[in-house]
Amino acid sequence: MAETHRPPEQFTLRVRRYDPESGEAPYWVEHTVELEPHRSVLEGILQAKARFDGSIGIRCSCRAAICGSCGVRINGEPGLACHTHLDHARAGAPGGVIEIEPMGNMPVIKDLIVDMDAVHWKKIQRVTPWLLAKQPVPEREYVVPKEAMVDVTQSMACIQCGACVSDCLAMEVDPGFIGPAALAKAYRFVGDPRDDRQRERLVDLSDDPQGIFDCTHCFKCVEACPKDVNPMGQIMRLRRIAISDQHIVDANNGERHEAALTTLVRDYGLNHEAELPPRSYGGNSWFGKFHPAAAKELLSLLPTAVKAIARGKISIKVALFGHKLPAADLKAVQRIYQTVESRPERYELNLYVSGEDEDPDATPVGAAVGTASAGNGGGNGTTEGGDDPVASAPEGSTA
Amino acid sequence: MKVAYWPGCVSRGFTPELHGSMARVAPLLDLELVELDRASCTGCGVIAEHNQELADTLNARTFALAQQVPDAELMMNICSTCQGAQSECQERLDASAEYRDHVNRTLAPEGLAYERGLTNKNFLWLLVEELGLDELRSRVKRPLTNLRVGPFYGCYIVRPRARLGIDAEHPRDHYLEQVIDALGGTVIEYAGARKCCGFPIVTMNKEASLKQAGRHLGDAVDADADCLVTPCPLCHLNLDLQQPAAEGVVGRQLKMPVLHLPQLVGLALGVEPKELGLGRHIVRPTAVIDWSTSVVGAAA
Repeated sequence: MAETHRPPEQFTLRVRRYDPESGEAPYWVEHTVELEPHRSVLEGILQAKARFDGSIGIRCSCRAAICGSCGVRINGEPGLACHTHLDHARAGAPGGVIEIEPMGNMPVIKDLIVDMDAVHWKKIQRVTPWLLAKQPVPEREYVVPKEAMVDVTQSMACIQCGACVSDCLAMEVDPGFIGPAALAKAYRFVGDPRDDRQRERLVDLSDDPQGIFDCTHCFKCVEACPKDVNPMGQIMRLRRIAISDQHIVDANNGERHEAALTTLVRDYGLNHEAELPPRSYGGNSWFGKFHPAAAKELLSLLPTAVKAIARGKISIKVALFGHKLPAADLKAVQRIYQTVESRPERYELNLYVSGEDEDPDATPVGAAVGTASAGNGGGNGTTEGGDDPVASAPEGSTA
Repeated sequence: MKVAYWPGCVSRGFTPELHGSMARVAPLLDLELVELDRASCTGCGVIAEHNQELADTLNARTFALAQQVPDAELMMNICSTCQGAQSECQERLDASAEYRDHVNRTLAPEGLAYERGLTNKNFLWLLVEELGLDELRSRVKRPLTNLRVGPFYGCYIVRPRARLGIDAEHPRDHYLEQVIDALGGTVIEYAGARKCCGFPIVTMNKEASLKQAGRHLGDAVDADADCLVTPCPLCHLNLDLQQPAAEGVVGRQLKMPVLHLPQLVGLALGVEPKELGLGRHIVRPTAVIDWSTSVVGAAA
């Protein structure tokens, strides 16, 4: 029989304390608590607060990974204190001492409490986080394809805890970046077949130089999210729909960059590095380099390029002609392009929706989502109008 | 050990010293490299952003070519970004037989098909998991004594953990430290080791991109590192090729040499810096590090 009860053990917590109003620098305190190992880090913090120091600041409410209030960094990684077991946290702690800090990228109000209003909620508001319904509004419910709603459930799973915002590496150097949580929220409406402003939303997020093309593709948010929302994946889908379906040209060269790399790999089989920057700046053709925007950029790269050529890092042959696959293989690559790109709908497998085959060798229940046709499908499901209450910020106890 | 070897595009383009140093080091590790010179670019995440099925099919073709290499034990790459892009495609291909069949139908005219379950390892993973750290240590001819090395992984090889097979048994996000240590070097801890070099947005938001590179290089300077080592040639482009520009953006001198992983291994295995292409870098490691004092026995 499986072990169901383990006796309480001692866990040492190292908590970062800071009161900006005091004028004192942040400092660390250690408290040793006694709890069963499956209890949460949040319970550890609350015991330290109850037994040793009532002034430790922590925000929490549901204690069940639903309200999103207790986002912190544990051993340097963002997550929910209520969703992290003490024994797991200790296993990942250098020296066995569990280190607890406030989340990053947001100002600290006190100890483990950060100012979500100043950063997170402002960014959420930035993306118009409500449904702009198609008119006329039907008398009863909207009838939409079931797959289209299943498709947006992943972004609807967000509990607004801010863990992804905390460690966003683009935001670390560019605080104005709209960021992973808000952009995942944006997809939740762009992907919703009941919404009427898909194009306007995407133009807005592409025109903003700190919008969807400012994401640095570092997977930090994917790893941080306790609810598997995959914010970066949602940002990539926003880009895909903006570029391929809406043909929007953005403010960051993002559309040209994507077109340039995709074209170069089609034409050469491999990336042609010397052609990529000029095409990204000046337009996706060999003549892109003569566009004023590209010329300016190339001129700024000139000293480095000269040095690289002088040192034999870059050969003139590679710079001018790139490198190409053998003819037969290039032809095979181009046939793949032709086959896939000529499909009436993009075939997009979302493992969050489909899951993995239970028996890898068996025939699975397919769950491919043709995103290009979202909203045009067979209308075999209904969805009620109400969804995630984005406006209700979780309220928690603040000490 | 014989491996189907995917070098990627950049190692044969703007970082030829990576391709050359891997070729130089392989025989010293009893590695037989069968280069997949018919395979295409992984798409480095950008083609997947454009069309997921296109990226999955191009990479399935590469996997199928790798599976055709006789007696190859696995597929090996030398690029964090290739590893991440390929792992993402492989995750989808391995998860669904229906999807795999769909993709294989596109490959069929060429007589290729991907079979579930390819092993694809970056050179870093291969060093630790296949060769083993003890074996690596035993082959060191010129330990990197007193050389202070900061690891720089590249995002694609450390996140997401589950997809990349990182767990307690396979702490792949700590292998660089283990390898530096096995080669006799000193591991430098600094904030940027697992952060983003900024390369993916260098054409989209150059200032933010170079701020990232400059910040991590500066953190390494502040931690007294002699050099960084990376398994990712794209990180190398932003950290080395763009370093003069990054200096301008962060407003400080950096002069931080960045080595490719096979170069660091090669140095410890006794290969001369010149043979490893160290003189080709924009920030020449040979100019910044005094190899005769940093590396014990270099003169011997």
